[in-house]
Amino acid sequence: MTKIFSRIGLVVISMLAAVNVFAQDSLKNEKPQMADALRASGKIYVVVTVLLIILLGLFIYLINTDKKIARLERNNK
Amino acid sequence: MFRKNWWKLLSFFFLLYTVTAGLLGNVPAKPILNETIRNLYFHVAMWFGMMIFFIISVIYSVKYLRHTRPADDIYAVEFARTGIVFGFLGLITGSVWARYTWGDFWSNDPKQLGAAIALLIYLAYFVLRNSLTDIDKSARISAVYNVFAFAMLFPTIWIIPRLVESLHPGGMGNPALDTKDIDSRMRLVFWFGAVPGWTLLGVWIATLRIRLQKYSLKHELND
Repeated sequence: MTKIFSRIGLVVISMLAAVNVFAQDSLKNEKPQMADALRASGKIYVVVTVLLIILLGLFIYLINTDKKIARLERNNK
Repeated sequence: MFRKNWWKLLSFFFLLYTVTAGLLGNVPAKPILNETIRNLYFHVAMWFGMMIFFIISVIYSVKYLRHTRPADDIYAVEFARTGIVFGFLGLITGSVWARYTWGDFWSNDPKQLGAAIALLIYLAYFVLRNSLTDIDKSARISAVYNVFAFAMLFPTIWIIPRLVESLHPGGMGNPALDTKDIDSRMRLVFWFGAVPGWTLLGVWIATLRIRLQKYSLKHELND
């Protein structure tokens, strides 16, 4: 189980590292207002981090529920 | 747990990709829509999930009618339930999105109306089920009704909204599968992140409830 979490952590870190590449080439479009300034000041990463935390929490909760049901099924065969 | 059910882990990675690439990736710059175009990965994915769950649900209802196995009824109910949850999430997120782009939470758009009617028809499925006390009768009648409810998805979601003018993009055709409608940069995140990720998450939630229901069915019978 801890192995799985450390793997998940690695993937998250590598995804965050790839973020710079995305951010740099989004400044070309000028006419319609996009959140380029937001991205330049770095605050979009706050939103991404928040969402990733929510996702992680949600999955840990689901994994726990899954395990509990599995235990019920095993003990009452 | 993940050795047998690797797809549960897969849904997690799909959603990690959806959130990261969905918020940071490149999108076309459009007036009115601006950055809200990214809602495609979340709002539209809900509807895809809903349609997939309703299809699974009707398959199990037909199976139940053919073989009368109680397990098939449980599958049909729980997938319909997950489908309704996804449908309402789609309706609510869509209405928030509409407030800031079309100017109103609800504009009686044909797609909004069609989706609302379809969801009401599916809600009636649960009303019908729960109003019958006999378990076998309830399962059989609700399975028949589920086939009807599924048939009503065709006019309410797939046909009428495409025949009339709509605020939604991609009217007069197939909005999701037309390659010209989704920007190629967004198509990758949508088809290889959002749709499989959210759908697998919903399947996981549905299977959890199915296992619980099966468990309680078994123990009620033993008592």
